[in-house]
Amino acid sequence: MDDQRSSSILRIAAPLKSLLQRFTYLGLIGLAFSMMLLGKIDAVLVDRVRAEVTNAVAPILGALSRPAQTVSEGIDNFRSLTNIRAENLALREENLRLLQWQSAARKLYADNSALRALLSAKPEGGARFVTARVIAGSGGAFANTLILNAGASDGIKKGQAVLTDQGFVGRIAQVSSRSSRVILLTDFNSRVPVLVESSRGRALLVGGNTRRPRLIHVAPGARVTPSDRIVTSGHGGAFPPGLPIGVVAAVSDGGVTVQLFADYGRLEYVKVADFGLKGLVAKEP
Amino acid sequence: MNTALWQRLDLWARNTTPFGIAVLLVILNVVPTSIPDYAAITPTLALIAVYHWAIYRPNLLPLTAVFALGLLQDILSGAPLGVYVLVFLTAYGIVLSQRRFLAGKSFMIYWLGFAIIAFGAGVESWVLASIWNFALLDFRSLFFQFLISLGLFPIVAWMFMRWQQAFLPQD
Repeated sequence: MDDQRSSSILRIAAPLKSLLQRFTYLGLIGLAFSMMLLGKIDAVLVDRVRAEVTNAVAPILGALSRPAQTVSEGIDNFRSLTNIRAENLALREENLRLLQWQSAARKLYADNSALRALLSAKPEGGARFVTARVIAGSGGAFANTLILNAGASDGIKKGQAVLTDQGFVGRIAQVSSRSSRVILLTDFNSRVPVLVESSRGRALLVGGNTRRPRLIHVAPGARVTPSDRIVTSGHGGAFPPGLPIGVVAAVSDGGVTVQLFADYGRLEYVKVADFGLKGLVAKEP
Repeated sequence: MNTALWQRLDLWARNTTPFGIAVLLVILNVVPTSIPDYAAITPTLALIAVYHWAIYRPNLLPLTAVFALGLLQDILSGAPLGVYVLVFLTAYGIVLSQRRFLAGKSFMIYWLGFAIIAFGAGVESWVLASIWNFALLDFRSLFFQFLISLGLFPIVAWMFMRWQQAFLPQD
């Protein structure tokens, strides 16, 4: 008796349930579309939400990234053991070359400071650095960003330059209290004014979510040849001039691509530099 | 005392594991690995979870859970908000409608089904992100992502199968 009744209830309830489910499904799809739209309309709000959620997950990411790092360090150690002899030889040679450079640099430094004093040139301000660990990274077709384990409480602000020992890699895009997000130079939304070091030609370095960003708006008449060094130009006042970025990899009709100095796949620690520059992001909160 | 309560708690804990593991996969997705160029082709691991549970235990990974997974993936990976939500929801919906066909079939069919879903997901995310950015994004890295997830699928799916047999109640 009971069985019969419950089955008749089921007979009515099942289509109702599937109808309800269909509505939920369409509702959630609609919600997703409106979120995409919201990201376009109010990017600041979406950034805020992103930063807060990232902040909440940051401790987990921090813990998980340690074993991953340890494993990769172990593999590196093993690999370097196998060719330690060849490396030693190469380093000795390099050391000799660098010693020559060192004396040249000392001489230039002395010259430079004497000439600066003569011209009473305005000194560039010193920088303050915060070293942070990379706890998450995403690369690929949609975004090339990193998450760092330092945030506003460590003195990190939006727009600051992110450096490694090999040079400039990106800028701070979102900050929350204990974590921050870096937009790498390879990201689709990254645009940085640069100089071709040898010819002093100005250009804009544009990321495209590929490994090699491109140079656009190269100043007319500027000569760009492969293996030219690319450095920040300091235009716009967001970053100081002369931070190394990479070398020109190829020049073709399709444009100029740049091979970056830093290995973006293996960033473990980065320096966030506060050069005291307000630049273009000064007006944002 | 209160064995019933403990049993209920135990069941509840077991039943939340599919979602829990999927969240873990989303987080694992963004952990830096230091493998050269891996970051550019990291597969979307959570898609495997969405695919598997949509076939075998859709009641344990309901629509709202899929929505939450997509949202977390978007937020952590830095993709435009909503892209992975839509991708996961579409994949879930399609798999759910083909559930009877896919469930209990040979592993090859199960794998092939994932290949189709993953490829569709790649194309969908590419189209959505391209529209969002008003520009054609690079499709090559997405294609490699697709290949890598195909390769990883047997391992992850095998773990899901074992988990399901060992810890989850029968349907």
